[in-house]
Amino acid sequence: MMRLSILEDMKLTLKVWRQKNANTKGQLVTYKADHVSPDMSFLEMLDVVNEDLIHKGDEPIHFDHDCREGICGACSLHINGRPHGPKQGITTCQLHMRSFNDGDVIVIEPWRAAAFPVIRDLVTDRSAFDRIQHAGGYISVNTGGVPDANCIPISKVVADEALNSATCIGCGACVAACKNASAMLFVSAKVSQMALLPQGQPERYQRVQAMVTQMDQEGFGNCTNTGACEAECPKEISLSNIARMNRDYFAANIFKE
Amino acid sequence: MTLDAKIPEGPLAEKWSKHKFNLKLVNPANKRKYTVIVVGTGLAGASAAASLAELGYNVKAFCFQDSPRRAHSIAAQGGINAAKNYQNDGDSIHRLFYDTIKGGDYRAREGNVYRLAEVSVNIIDQCVAQGVPFAREYGGLLDNRSFGGAQVSRTFYARGQTGQQLLLGAYSALNRQIHAGKVTMFSRHEMMDVVTIDGQAKGIVTRNLVTGNIESHAGHAVLLCTGGYGNVFYLSTNAMGCNVTAAWKAHKRGAFFANPCFTQIHPTCIPVTGDHQSKLTLMSESLRNDGRVWVPKTKELAAKLRNGEIKPADLKEEDRDYFLERKYPSFGNLVPRDVASRNAKEMVDEGRGVGTSGIAVFLDFADAIKRLGEETVREKYGNLFDMYQQITDENPYKQPMRIYPAVHYTMGGLWVDYNLMTTVPGLYALGEANFSDHGANRLGASALMQGLADGYFVIPYTLGDYLASIGPKPVDANHPAFKEAEKEVKAHIKQLLSLKGKKTVDQYHRELGHIMWEYCGMARNEDGLIKAKELISALRKDFWKNAFVCGSNEELNQNLEKASRVADFLELGELMVEDALKRKESCGGHFRIESQTDEGEAKRDDDHYTYVAAWEYKGDDKPETLHKEKLVFENVKLTQRSYK
Amino acid sequence: MRNLTQTFSSSLGKKLIMALTGLFMCIFLVVHLIGNIQLFKNDDGQAFNSYAYLMTHFVPIKVISYLLYTSIIVHAIYALVLTTKNKKARPIGYAIQHGAANSPWTSRNMGILGTVLLLFIVIHMNTFWAQYHWGALPHAKYETSLSNPQEITVTAIPFDGNEVAYTDYIDSVKGTHIVISKDLYKIVVEAFGQWWYVLLYVISMAALSFHLIHGFSSAFQTLGWDHKKYMPLIKYLGIWGFGVLIPLGFAAMPIYFFFFK
Repeated sequence: MMRLSILEDMKLTLKVWRQKNANTKGQLVTYKADHVSPDMSFLEMLDVVNEDLIHKGDEPIHFDHDCREGICGACSLHINGRPHGPKQGITTCQLHMRSFNDGDVIVIEPWRAAAFPVIRDLVTDRSAFDRIQHAGGYISVNTGGVPDANCIPISKVVADEALNSATCIGCGACVAACKNASAMLFVSAKVSQMALLPQGQPERYQRVQAMVTQMDQEGFGNCTNTGACEAECPKEISLSNIARMNRDYFAANIFKE
Repeated sequence: MTLDAKIPEGPLAEKWSKHKFNLKLVNPANKRKYTVIVVGTGLAGASAAASLAELGYNVKAFCFQDSPRRAHSIAAQGGINAAKNYQNDGDSIHRLFYDTIKGGDYRAREGNVYRLAEVSVNIIDQCVAQGVPFAREYGGLLDNRSFGGAQVSRTFYARGQTGQQLLLGAYSALNRQIHAGKVTMFSRHEMMDVVTIDGQAKGIVTRNLVTGNIESHAGHAVLLCTGGYGNVFYLSTNAMGCNVTAAWKAHKRGAFFANPCFTQIHPTCIPVTGDHQSKLTLMSESLRNDGRVWVPKTKELAAKLRNGEIKPADLKEEDRDYFLERKYPSFGNLVPRDVASRNAKEMVDEGRGVGTSGIAVFLDFADAIKRLGEETVREKYGNLFDMYQQITDENPYKQPMRIYPAVHYTMGGLWVDYNLMTTVPGLYALGEANFSDHGANRLGASALMQGLADGYFVIPYTLGDYLASIGPKPVDANHPAFKEAEKEVKAHIKQLLSLKGKKTVDQYHRELGHIMWEYCGMARNEDGLIKAKELISALRKDFWKNAFVCGSNEELNQNLEKASRVADFLELGELMVEDALKRKESCGGHFRIESQTDEGEAKRDDDHYTYVAAWEYKGDDKPETLHKEKLVFENVKLTQRSYK
Repeated sequence: MRNLTQTFSSSLGKKLIMALTGLFMCIFLVVHLIGNIQLFKNDDGQAFNSYAYLMTHFVPIKVISYLLYTSIIVHAIYALVLTTKNKKARPIGYAIQHGAANSPWTSRNMGILGTVLLLFIVIHMNTFWAQYHWGALPHAKYETSLSNPQEITVTAIPFDGNEVAYTDYIDSVKGTHIVISKDLYKIVVEAFGQWWYVLLYVISMAALSFHLIHGFSSAFQTLGWDHKKYMPLIKYLGIWGFGVLIPLGFAAMPIYFFFFK
């Protein structure tokens, strides 16, 4: 179906979480967005609202964003009760306003988790994810002195599966969607990538132990297998990663000496 | 001052080995006494920080993003070149070197480019050892594809997200060193200035983007791995945060800026839809392997298309102009990026553009679907088609895509010698932030290669030479030079925050982008460039009078961050224009309308312009001085590119 | 040892305990259902009463039953611990959270369903288990003719303050097989004669159904027993076996007794 070439502006009501900084209380504040084109991305809509706010002498709404093509993992809005909004398999920056209707009320909140404290408005501190990676999200090889790349044949199936896990962008939508604010999909994606590949085997079991221990210390909740993380993950990372992590963790802690 | 590129003597293939031997080494026991500052954590920064920490240096790494993993290297789609010759199709280090030099339109250094090709093979080994899941064949070995019109298959890839996987590999190496305590990571920190003591770089001043604290960090050397400056055009395929600030501050502290006008414009991007547009999205140029580029034959038909009176499918074959196939029968739709981009612009300028704005050309897969079947096309390009549909709400299986070129990469950057050191001793530039390896035009899948080559395999050697020469004496962060720099940064921020005019920072950025795109974009001429200089200068003056910057320093203030970056773009823009004005030849991504062949193709002027233009900052509002580094070609013969 | 305690106090360790106790209870449910099918036998409860005796007096089964009680308690306590920790992981909630868009209702309400089941277990055990052990239970005497096993005479022995030992012998004079047992069957008939009790059971079995539709396959996921080939089978078993068949089987008992006995 061809769309009309000239699109009507949409009028929207936004309820946006505003919070000056980590130490103050926040609240939802209502704004009118009267000139929204369906071709805008969600973040471009916020840009326009912000330009208006600045012109009025108000403080613009702060939100994390960078690449605006769905790969950097910076954008992180909870839109009408869902991380990255109503569509599946995309980030907020890939969401376009044509997914909404004229007159809609849109509630925009930051990721909510004890481990992701709000810095300002919709910006949260997701450094907990980095610290989990510091604990063991790597294969310990120094630069240089590695074998020729083709010395390690890897079945295409395994390589593809590892890549599926490795596509995680670290946005935190899994934590945001989970009713328990659990980070297990994120952690298990990295654990899985390394556990699947032959290069990851030497540290396979220490890695899962170290990463899970750090995850627990960060104050994330526990997985109750609701599957919300998988459903909301912009990269559609599978729950089977969590199963793999569990398996490796139990193997490491209960059976390995 | 004469520029010494420090290219080692001797045969091309031995330069790097010989040079490595001649470089001084730092005693292993002394390495822990050195601190190295790395700004930026993309491919170049993360790989450099990790590799240097592995060697034993203390590293302080900085990024403005909330995590080092978000650096824009992550967005690279296509792949990474390496002269592995795994496909037995005649590739070699020399061939990769040759292709890169030729692709760069003979405006890069032979020595640097050869070294790049040489270490490219190590990069793939390194990344695989780190667990980067490259695409594989059924036998378990690595797969390659041919990319960007190359005649050999030397591109390694991980679906359409090679950059992401390579960056995550470097990030994991970085994480390991953070865990080991060898790297201290400062995220959400913006570098505001470089500090020099006795002419040597000894540290940086940063702003903590959450608290607004202005902090000094001292070190024995400073590595700028801060990416390119494509965002000077406002609309580009760069991330929103990409900026020139670090490089520009270094420039103001004495680092020469080389070839600023060399900008790469990528032909297959999704066109602009309106004023609200904040960035452009690139689609892999592999699309041109099967898609056919066309516009209507006449302006009248184009107008009807734009109004929606007719649909693309209504146009008969004879009413279509497959302009690339017509003009370049042997390369057709696969001409290099700059040629494809310029031709699209020509069509639009003739009034034959399509889409509601008229600023787009068609990329049509109807024939490919007819020939290969929709399933095959879906397999090859499904994710790109989905992305296109997501953004435009049009189904590319049913109607042709609309594409238009967009700014994608900047070949110019800080001038560096063979050791990657800028003109300021102790200050280095790596990756897209330097100018060194791509000449006037970068080949597809070579950006990732260069970033990682610099970080993993060049700087760990060359930095040691400098560090050994200065000795491990600690750098005093309380030196007056730091206090002075902090004071200047604070004054700069205060000045920005005092701006309470009528126009938002974004408005200035957008206006600057318009000027740059219009006069310093795909085609440039003397009159336009002169006009642009005046416009930018006026815009900059207006910015410092009428801009509005809100909030305060002591908080997360994205508006202030933006203002500070735009202020630097406003200065850089003028230098780019100046550089474009001085280079009266066409070469690579720089097309001077005055310098073209009879057939309308770019015409180099090797007699006068076989040099690197390195600009020296002379003070606020003073014209910059041009230094020329003569390019010497001993191993390749300069030829005019032809794709007819 | 320290390693193991650490393991079980970690997030994954706690989940492991939930999964193992949960699966153990699932196995029990199967056995329990098969045993209770004897209620449908039209023998005035003889088979059922004998089965009840076996379940409470055969040592290996007794051991297992204590394991079961422990499982129930541990499952409940860990559920509480995990829920508390999960609540702490999100101190400030969302104004809107659209859970239905990304997860099944059952998976989000395991706590409520579990609480209903715990209440049910308390009531259920009080009615039958406690009565059987300590209650004033009548006895039943079953005399089966050896020559004609179809001919059974049942005599009720009201409770007189003294417990009669379970007896099972052949009266060669009368030519009958005599069994005297506590008459739990009678308690079942009485309990299932009350409409509210039947309703309680049906509601609880609905809760059980929802709990197991998520719980059964979820336990396998937690254990990491996720396999492309077998997971679909486990999901199928979880839904149709544990989510439908077992709760239906249990719910059929009170309904049957209410309407037909």
